Amino acid sequence: MNELPGLFNYWAVVFLMMAGFYVVISQGNLVKKLVGLALFQTSVFILYISIGDVAGGSAPIAAAGVTLYSNPLPHVLILTAIVVGVATTAVGLALVVRIHEAYGSVEEDEINQQDLAADEDREVKASADPARTHEDARP
Amino acid sequence: MIAVAVIRLRDLFAVVMLFGIYSFMTAALFMDLDAVDVAFTEAAVGAGVTTVLMLSVLRLTGRSERRPAHGPLLPLIVVAVTGAALVYGTLDAPLLGDPGAPANQHVAPRYIEQGPIEVGTPNMVTAVLASYRGYDTLGETVVIFTAGLAVLLLLGIRDDTDALPEQSPLLGQLVLRVVVKSLIPLILLYALYVQFHGDYGAGGGFQAGVIFATGFILYALVFGHADAKRVVPPRWLHRLAATGVLIYAGVGVAPLFSGQAFLDYSALATDPVQGQHLGVMLVELGVGITVFSIVLAIFYALAGRRRQM
Repeated sequence: MNELPGLFNYWAVVFLMMAGFYVVISQGNLVKKLVGLALFQTSVFILYISIGDVAGGSAPIAAAGVTLYSNPLPHVLILTAIVVGVATTAVGLALVVRIHEAYGSVEEDEINQQDLAADEDREVKASADPARTHEDARP
Repeated sequence: MIAVAVIRLRDLFAVVMLFGIYSFMTAALFMDLDAVDVAFTEAAVGAGVTTVLMLSVLRLTGRSERRPAHGPLLPLIVVAVTGAALVYGTLDAPLLGDPGAPANQHVAPRYIEQGPIEVGTPNMVTAVLASYRGYDTLGETVVIFTAGLAVLLLLGIRDDTDALPEQSPLLGQLVLRVVVKSLIPLILLYALYVQFHGDYGAGGGFQAGVIFATGFILYALVFGHADAKRVVPPRWLHRLAATGVLIYAGVGVAPLFSGQAFLDYSALATDPVQGQHLGVMLVELGVGITVFSIVLAIFYALAGRRRQM
């Protein structure tokens, strides 16, 4: 990697991060959004690991005859972050499954339309029978 | 790059598979950057568990994606502007592999020089993980535990072990069955090795828990959920997950009785280094148990659910 410019790692990270960001804001499918979020996440992992890398260093496991090690601290942070990441992704996926059961879709705009339709429905009912909704409001 | 293909494709099945490959490439990159422990975790988690979980969600929600209603121009502009700002920000950042970079200055040299002496584990990542930054790791274990609870609250695990008539469609495949059967003991053995050898080589509780869970997930995929649940009932998983956190916190509380600080393992034995070693091992065991049971519980919850629409 020596022939590449020294900032190459940051640019790769920025590219991956923006790719993930683009997926999250531009796609309507909730599963795809989660994939984008995971892409964003791995870009952060690469950023940390590449910061902790020391040229000519060895993996941070003490061995005889090795004096230069890579920085172990980012490794620790990212190692736990990966496992925490999969746990939080699983929470997101569980939410997607529940949304699919409630709406029958995982597309953002279809869900919004159904919400709007339900809201209008409620308003129509409320204006048709104001006395009843008033009673409903009371505990 | 694979990331671009992930964005362009609309078939979500292909997207998830490509993402698995991407994770594996990332693991190889970590290996190249001397982060063996991290590469290990990424290969097991990103390429293995995440792919399986996403596939089981796709089974529930359908694999095709509709074309987005609005054009890609506005998001593209936002992304380009943000990316340009970030690239501008990196221009005076330290170069790759620079030993004098600020990130490699403050506490890192101390961890590298003193870690193997004070904690007695040659793997510095393990030493930092379990001993120097024990609070962080305890917090992260609790986060994993909480995330597992959230998934179980949202979905729950079907406990109708006998009522499941569906057999795994893969059960008829003789080759697959034989190969998987001979692979599973090796996977479990390897997980145990990673768990207890993590002080010396690459590995530790997080990786071991995930690999152990992968063995059971493989079994469930090929032989069906009913059989897997007969081997590891979901009820056990709840208790195991709590036990893991309890072991970790208990190891933290123990030194308090002899007047030391929370999570100060030196008080666990007469010789401080031996105490550290014992503490690290117990803590890693707690982490491993929690991660294993949460990953498997999440898999049961997501994959055991049937399509309800």
